[in-house]
Amino acid sequence: MGRYIIRRSLFAIPTLVAISLIIFTILDLAPGDPTSQLPLNIPAETREAIRQALGFGDPFLVRWLKWMQHMLIFEPLNAIDQIFGVCIGDCANRSRIIAWASSAPVVDTIVQRLPQTIWVLGLAFIFGVIIAIPVGVISAYKQYSWFDNVGTFVTMIGYSVPTFFTGLLAILIFSTLLGWFPSFYTTTHVVDWTSWESVWFQIEHMILPVAVLSLFNAAALSRFTRASVLDNLNADYVRTARSKGLEERGVVLTHVLRNSLIPVVTLIALQIPGIFAGAIITEQIFRVNGLGHLLISAIGQGDVPMVQTLTFIFAALIVLFNLIADVTYGFLDPRIRYD
Amino acid sequence: MATTQQRASESQAPDLVEETTHRSLRSDVWRQFRRHKGAVVGLVLLGLIVFSVAFGPMLWGGDGVTPDTANASLPPSREHPMGTDNLGRDVMARVLVGGRISLAVGITAMIVGVFLGTAAGILSGFFKRLDGPLMRITDLFLALPILPLLLVVIMLFREPLADALGANTGIFILVVGIIGVTSWMQTARVVRGEVLSVKEEEFVLAAQSIGTRKSNIVLRHILPNVLSPVMVSAALGVAIAIITESALSFLGLGFPSNFPTWGRLLFDAKDYLKLSPMRVIWPGIMISLTVISVNFIGDGLRDALDPRLRSR
Repeated sequence: MGRYIIRRSLFAIPTLVAISLIIFTILDLAPGDPTSQLPLNIPAETREAIRQALGFGDPFLVRWLKWMQHMLIFEPLNAIDQIFGVCIGDCANRSRIIAWASSAPVVDTIVQRLPQTIWVLGLAFIFGVIIAIPVGVISAYKQYSWFDNVGTFVTMIGYSVPTFFTGLLAILIFSTLLGWFPSFYTTTHVVDWTSWESVWFQIEHMILPVAVLSLFNAAALSRFTRASVLDNLNADYVRTARSKGLEERGVVLTHVLRNSLIPVVTLIALQIPGIFAGAIITEQIFRVNGLGHLLISAIGQGDVPMVQTLTFIFAALIVLFNLIADVTYGFLDPRIRYD
Repeated sequence: MATTQQRASESQAPDLVEETTHRSLRSDVWRQFRRHKGAVVGLVLLGLIVFSVAFGPMLWGGDGVTPDTANASLPPSREHPMGTDNLGRDVMARVLVGGRISLAVGITAMIVGVFLGTAAGILSGFFKRLDGPLMRITDLFLALPILPLLLVVIMLFREPLADALGANTGIFILVVGIIGVTSWMQTARVVRGEVLSVKEEEFVLAAQSIGTRKSNIVLRHILPNVLSPVMVSAALGVAIAIITESALSFLGLGFPSNFPTWGRLLFDAKDYLKLSPMRVIWPGIMISLTVISVNFIGDGLRDALDPRLRSR
């Protein structure tokens, strides 16, 4: 098992390096300029000198390697400093990537925005899984019943209707017409965990974005769960378990569920890029000040360092979750550990 | 003598010689497709949508582009069944014209993606030396954060392409190109699997043994036999392409405002949600109906082309 993990991790590292090269190359062609935010009456030679001093004249390989050094070593250490207050190395003098638009270190802004994204994404993901797996199992168990037909239909709709439309519909129905929930996320509320009103205020603001995202997640997952459970319900070991006298609940929950969850777990981890894409759109609709919203505004401002860092973070998270999916798959299914 | 005997035996046992109707693969597939009710409904719905966006603008009139601020933000009426937007343009005309562009982008992007995916799949399945590198490239593309990269590429290349090829064509090629380049991986994997199994069939061995060139083997023997997963991928690829293009336009990074795709209509309408809610509902419904019907058609095709289900 350990060797399997090591082998999979060794595959992940060149993937991450290649992706970072692609990101850096694409953004290197950007027409943006670090001196664009400076006053316009600075003469051209001085601008050129500023650019050279910032390292823009160095060859491509040098700039890329320096950027990798930042992304892999310096910025994570800066982030740890920002989040936990634990200083590893020389915190005061370490060089940081500065965003062009805000002139603040990129890591500071990202750490500020990160919790919102994690809360909304994490909750949506958990609710999606909690809804999808029972629905998928019951749909497969009672195939072609009314539950299955209704479930398949609703799932197909939930999967096909894009999240920006469901988000706008949710705002229209629940916020404008019924007035139950606020239509956008307040960014200034600090949750006081001891006060119920404070917690409920935060929950109220998160219900609509989380509901929209979890509907989409649940729809995608339950289709797959249903197909996987259907495959397993006809297996021989199920027939053996039943003929042994095992009660039906045990057959389904102990045997079928465990075997069906294997491809589902893999799919869950592979859905992560799609979940981030959905988060970007949902944050735009509900004005949640998370990482997706930061990416869109950075793109609008032509802020290349911020866009570079955010895209790298997304890519690193995708590679990480692919790795987790592979390792979990190896953990759950002993057959593939020995290839 | 023999003929009289034959005729006699035929008249005594006419049921021994059965007349069978000719069944072709296409009719079998169509019969199985028809059994999937959702797929049939999807086909009818998609046909209606295509018909209305193809001929609708001509029948309804109005180009949906020229502003007419005197009639801004009107509610639905007989003259404007979907109301007007904040610049006075008829929303129904915009939805119909926008449908043409959305569907055109969806289908073209799907063609690019399926072409790239099939080529990659066939090359990696048929030529063992190319298999390793091509599959690594596929894994690499699958690990890319698609939406951020799409946004970044559009941000970077919108201006240069618009200057070079004209605003509309430039953006069309950009959007179609990058959606195609980021959606070929699934098709490639599936096609590679099919090619690996078809390659072992005896007719391929026979073709090789009479000296058929490799290109002819691929084109004449392998390609027609791997078309079923390609068709399913194509159907689902249209859905993905339409959703991706709408998402890009919704984030403001797609076509300019005088090119009203459905996503762009949602982008324009989302700030007027309270004032004219129908402006949001109609393009959204059109996108949803198109994607739902394409997904149902893809499901139906997948069931119909699966030989295990079809042999009943």
